[in-house]
Amino acid sequence: MPGPVHLDAAAAVPLHPAARAALLAALEDGWADPSRLYGSARRARRLLDGAREAFAEALGARPDELHFTASGTAALQQGISGVLASRRRTGSHVVHSAIDHSAVLRAVADGTSVPVDRLGRVDVDAFEAALRADTALACLISASHEVGTLQPVSEVAALCEARGVPLLVDAAQSVGRVPLPPGWSLLAASAHKWGGPPGVGVLAVRTGVRFTPAPAGPPDVPSIAAAAAGLLAVLQESAAEDARLRPLVDRIRTRVAETVPDVEVVGDPVRRLPHLVTVSCLYVDGEALLTALDREGFAVSSGSSCTADTVEPSHVLAAMGVLTHGNVRVSLHRDTTASDVDRFLDVLPRVVAALRAEAGVDRL
Amino acid sequence: MTLDCLGRPCPVPVIELAKAIVTVEVGAVLTVLSDDPAARIDIPAWCRMRDQEYLGEEPRPAGSAYLVRRSS
Repeated sequence: MPGPVHLDAAAAVPLHPAARAALLAALEDGWADPSRLYGSARRARRLLDGAREAFAEALGARPDELHFTASGTAALQQGISGVLASRRRTGSHVVHSAIDHSAVLRAVADGTSVPVDRLGRVDVDAFEAALRADTALACLISASHEVGTLQPVSEVAALCEARGVPLLVDAAQSVGRVPLPPGWSLLAASAHKWGGPPGVGVLAVRTGVRFTPAPAGPPDVPSIAAAAAGLLAVLQESAAEDARLRPLVDRIRTRVAETVPDVEVVGDPVRRLPHLVTVSCLYVDGEALLTALDREGFAVSSGSSCTADTVEPSHVLAAMGVLTHGNVRVSLHRDTTASDVDRFLDVLPRVVAALRAEAGVDRL
Repeated sequence: MTLDCLGRPCPVPVIELAKAIVTVEVGAVLTVLSDDPAARIDIPAWCRMRDQEYLGEEPRPAGSAYLVRRSS
């Protein structure tokens, strides 16, 4: 039996070879505290500065606009708390989409959640209507991490700018995959989504945005250098990867709908991330489905992965009004082959049929 | 007809609804009692997928009542 196939790129992808090479080199050369004034420290400083410049160019930011964090989640949290701390006189109200990451939803005490349509796209008019005089910050995910639907970031950015409200864009799923929409005031991303090491997040804050940075310890120079090298490599490959993965996702969308009865393929079929697709299978328990697929050698996730420790269904699927049970998210990456996808498409109908037969729901 | 699915996790309420709907006349209303938070999303979604009419939700002392009219 072939080795397990990782189809959960939206959670984390394996280390990119360029990131691995940079990590090993930087462990040799970048171990010192870059703030010190001796040779090894200066070498670490040069590595950090180089990584910062690479990040800046990749994200369309200035090097001094970047803050490195321990994760994408921490970048979101620091983005929100840093703006709220500086805009107290305006207020503490935050507008965000109903499908933003749970880290955003948890970090916001006084918020308005803007609804999305059945495809998971935020309602721009409702977003504008939600902005108030005391709105200190708006947040929008660039593309849904659970269903892949691209969000109208440019439109929302324009109306936020007109109202003088800074916009925090959660670009964790977009960086390295699709061009970043312009107009953000703050941008958050996470290196292990593009093949950098786990434990590196980045928050870019435009010069002029009122912001209080979180206190930071010494940076993890080797990991940041590896993340930068991985990002540069992934950006060079991204057009080719888009052209390769997009049809594979189309194949999954079409074939699953044809071969699995009572299935809902969710998310926007066109305006979407190139590498991610989510389906829900009626009458099937999501956890049982993931376990069965794991036994068949496929690592996938459920749309409710972020909240799997609760009985609450995925807030993204709930906001879209689509089936929340029997949910599988498949996300591809540079190591995913067409034959991996074909094998998955052979296995999924069989696994779903077996689970339905076991539960006695196969004739419903 | 009322289906008591209190204490039972999703997808059980939807499964019970699917089993019961074929036993009632077209036009009849089925009530599903559930305290599972996913039922609030999944029962209307099931109605949409299966062309049945979702009439809405009523709060109950324990959980909620979800009303579905058999329309096909």
